[in-house]
Amino acid sequence: MKVLITGIAGNLGRLVATQLLEQGHEVLGIDRRPWPNAPEGIRVFQADIRKRPAEDVFRTQRPEALIHLATVTHLTLPSRDRDRVNLGGTQAVFDHCNAYGVRQAVFVGRHTYYGAASDSPLYHSESEPPMGVHSFPELADLVAADLYAGSALWRFPQLDTAVLRFCYSLGPRAQGTLAAYLRGPRVPTVLGFDPLFQFMHEEDAARAIVTAQAHSLRGVYNVAGPAPVPLSVIIRETGRTNVPLPVPLFKLSLGRFGFPNLPSDAIDHIKFPVVMDASAFRSATAFEHRYSEDETLHAFRDAAQSASREGPARGP
Amino acid sequence: MVGRMIPASLIPLPTHPEVMERVERIELPFSSHGVDPYGIDKHELGRFFTLLRFFYSQYFTINVFGVEHVPRHGRGMLVGNHSGGWAIDALMVIASTFFELEPPRLAQGMAEKFLKKVPFLSWFTNRIGQLTGLPQHSVRLLEDERLLLVFPEGTRGTAKLYRDRDSLVGFGTGFARIALKTRAPIIPFAFIGGGEAIPTVVNLYGIGKRLGLPYIPITPYGIAWPLPVSLQLLYGAPIHLEGSASDPDEVIAIQVERVRSVIADLIRQGRKLRQGKLGPSELKLR
Repeated sequence: MKVLITGIAGNLGRLVATQLLEQGHEVLGIDRRPWPNAPEGIRVFQADIRKRPAEDVFRTQRPEALIHLATVTHLTLPSRDRDRVNLGGTQAVFDHCNAYGVRQAVFVGRHTYYGAASDSPLYHSESEPPMGVHSFPELADLVAADLYAGSALWRFPQLDTAVLRFCYSLGPRAQGTLAAYLRGPRVPTVLGFDPLFQFMHEEDAARAIVTAQAHSLRGVYNVAGPAPVPLSVIIRETGRTNVPLPVPLFKLSLGRFGFPNLPSDAIDHIKFPVVMDASAFRSATAFEHRYSEDETLHAFRDAAQSASREGPARGP
Repeated sequence: MVGRMIPASLIPLPTHPEVMERVERIELPFSSHGVDPYGIDKHELGRFFTLLRFFYSQYFTINVFGVEHVPRHGRGMLVGNHSGGWAIDALMVIASTFFELEPPRLAQGMAEKFLKKVPFLSWFTNRIGQLTGLPQHSVRLLEDERLLLVFPEGTRGTAKLYRDRDSLVGFGTGFARIALKTRAPIIPFAFIGGGEAIPTVVNLYGIGKRLGLPYIPITPYGIAWPLPVSLQLLYGAPIHLEGSASDPDEVIAIQVERVRSVIADLIRQGRKLRQGKLGPSELKLR
């Protein structure tokens, strides 16, 4: 099958592309960023998904399936730019799917859709509305993109659309929101709180996307791997030091002393869990994760250690 | 594992080997880190029950009757009255299923929402399986074959004053619908003596609200520290409700009244037992 991946040069995009290629699919990708030394057989078109050259890829290449990974999830970009990429880009991509006869689309969203709050339930199911928009407005564009992608199910009934809500992914490539939070040797947490965190190995996350595509999945599905573990266990098992701080100190320390730079609204995600029930996806696709929580955490820890050993000496 | 650098270690609570041995026999799906999928932590259970052991077997004089009615395995809903200005009733029920049953079982209560906003309390209540009181949580726990602890009187129940200590205020109906939906047996219980342990003379609602609490109970000696009195806990035979979770309110109200009257009868018996007007062998828990 001819599969187009938007955002192919990202961490997850490369993993998905490689797995699809190994399974004998024809793989194309669109990304603003280059992918130097991409495996042979993968064609990368360097373009912005909202611009004409991206539409040309749909028209001339006629992909049968789309995997939409070109969303901005990190919080360093100003929100207006994020809106443009996450909403404008998603709209353009689904319109092209409809116009150029794409048969299936996989939208990759995030578990942050559900929001983190003191009174939100553990194990969110797909039917729940997004509750965290007001407490973390920086994520509103991701929530909107998720709901917008879901609307393709009734707007374009001929297109098999799967909206996947992923938990955090983690692994040796050390990319993504959770990896950024765990980057330093000392990880700030909020004193008196230790939420459950749900994460899966990046290879498993890529395999889940490939699995959804192979099953021509329709509908909205939560995707998760091993059972969630407390944040304190994640910090310990990745060889970091937990620095519990009272709320005001926590907010002051962000972006300082080698601590991660997070918006202060992100604090609810460090205090309260966002845990999903992924049983619907498992029963629809028979997906099973291959990496346990410890294997995932240790893979991240070991890769970070060897990187700092081989890399140039940094600071005292 | 002393000295784990987690926030928990800031509270120095010991663990008792006998308690740890019982924790090991709780039938919950603990991971290699000793944590279950809801975040229940073996080590924190050990600390919690070590603390509870002192109150359960030394501080109070507690008599438990009919504990054989609590199922050894599988789903079940413990439903009873509130007695005492704060959750000592819940703590003693949780202690009774842990110390009296073989294998020990963890009763999981539905905690007040304000607890989850308070540092340490949020963390600790989650680690010992006391999740936020949400219908989604109770349904999920029962479908996971857990033992749920429910007080249908809610905070109005703990707010009872000393003179109303063995009364029952109105029951919510949510528990009956959840029992019907999950086909879970209801194990009724009565808790007697909480009113004597914490003899509330007045509840301060205004100050409580400002502190983020439902209210603050005040006793003749000021604070609501429980007195070392005798307590009675009576479990009745399981009740299997029949009908549908979507039955109209008036049908559900009949189901609720059925459970409420069983609990009221258990309270009457427990009261007489406490006053010495009834012997343990004369109890009718069927």
